[in-house]
Amino acid sequence: MSERTVSLKVTRYRPGQDSTPTAQSYEVAYQDDWVVLDALNFIKDHVDGTLSFRWSCRMGVCGSCGMMVNGEPRLTCSAFLREFDSREIRIEPLAHFPVIRDLVIDMSGFLDKLKSVSPWIIRDTEKDPSEGEYLQSPKQLDAYHQFTACINCLLCYSACPIFGLETDFIGPAALALAHRYNEDSRDQGSAARWNAINDHNGAWQCTFVGECSVVCPKSVDPAAAIQRLKVDTAKQWVRSVLLPWGQK
Amino acid sequence: MNHRKTLEPMWWGLFSAGGVVAAFLIPIHIVLLGLAIPLGWLPGSAEIFQSWIVRLYLFVLISLPLYHWAHRFSFTMSDLGLRPIRKPLAILCYGSAIAGTVVTAWVLLRI
Amino acid sequence: MTRNRPDPSLLFHPRMPANWWLRKRTYFLFIVREFTSVFIAAYLIVFLVQLYQLGNGPGAYQAFMGKFASPGWLGFHAVALAFAIYHSLTWFYTTSIVIPLRIGAMVAPRYVFTLLNVAVWLAVSAAILAIYLIW
Repeated sequence: MSERTVSLKVTRYRPGQDSTPTAQSYEVAYQDDWVVLDALNFIKDHVDGTLSFRWSCRMGVCGSCGMMVNGEPRLTCSAFLREFDSREIRIEPLAHFPVIRDLVIDMSGFLDKLKSVSPWIIRDTEKDPSEGEYLQSPKQLDAYHQFTACINCLLCYSACPIFGLETDFIGPAALALAHRYNEDSRDQGSAARWNAINDHNGAWQCTFVGECSVVCPKSVDPAAAIQRLKVDTAKQWVRSVLLPWGQK
Repeated sequence: MNHRKTLEPMWWGLFSAGGVVAAFLIPIHIVLLGLAIPLGWLPGSAEIFQSWIVRLYLFVLISLPLYHWAHRFSFTMSDLGLRPIRKPLAILCYGSAIAGTVVTAWVLLRI
Repeated sequence: MTRNRPDPSLLFHPRMPANWWLRKRTYFLFIVREFTSVFIAAYLIVFLVQLYQLGNGPGAYQAFMGKFASPGWLGFHAVALAFAIYHSLTWFYTTSIVIPLRIGAMVAPRYVFTLLNVAVWLAVSAAILAIYLIW
């Protein structure tokens, strides 16, 4: 009885050598409990050590191993070989990002966007540690908790056709994290995030396709965060027009 | 807080308001005036348009969804490949909505 | 602290294909949803012309309304209605994602918000029909 195999059709791109990415097929033995990442590591360890890809925790919490699997943005540590009926699985780098090499994309643009929303607690006045911790009720925690789950895996950016068309769009994860901090009762920094959000390439570029929330592996629901940011920003704008005095 | 001089929140707000009006009210009006009356299921009376309350209602019913269209259409055209002419297209669309609002008011006043 | 950035001259920049919206069912349905606004705007123009004819006197209005019984115009209104209904349903679905419906300490599942909106929509539509008939 012959061993079942599965063929991985993997994108290769060698900077300085290739002008455009090509595909290379590798045959690996099928194992029922393997994920795509296991197959890629087998290839790198035993077949072709030149294949480059990012990975780390292999359990869906670090956000490193995002790639396109049969055209869908997936964490390869969570994409089981048994999910795929066909004998060939296409592995490509995360869509809409510049490719550095093979399956490794350039995420420096995203990191700049993330920094622009000041994703940390901003306070006008800090409490002295001797005064104790900041207290938060369960209701206050609920207001932002789901948005804290973001692992910066960038699957949402690959799913978003608007980001694909306009790479200056700040994007789902950055906006979801902006909303996470704006909604945190300990934070007093929504003014610092205003310009990043209230920009044509900020929240307003989003047309609520909704695919970002569909692919998010941590159920962050960035689409909901962005629309709520639009509502909050529009309300603030109306207030600033009707009551121009008393602005911070 | 430096409130940048962008009108995007306003256009989005009008888009939303227009979307709500269109969602709740447009289908029944299409049924009424486009299908039920021409097909004779319901009597076609022009009396109702004389009332000022009705005309005010019609002003909101017609003008707000125009802004919904303007916002949505300019963004969609941009996504379908017309991104380089986004700004002039946006001016054309929002301008048409404003023109449409004026026309609506004029049409309703002369009934 | 400076961050190491990749050499930009060695990066490969992918391009979105022009037919991106035809390659995935969800993208296609998104474009259809956005295009409902075109059909609604088209209907509004027809409505405006109808009201304009009203201002030209009962004769002009009746003549104009007579045209609406033709298959072409009935077809137009049927298509516009289909897109308008699709707009309403997708609107109630998307707004359910934006607005959490709080009942006490709990948040209701999204379909509850959507169904409530559908109920209000049907009630308002019935009310408009009733007002028209009673007037």
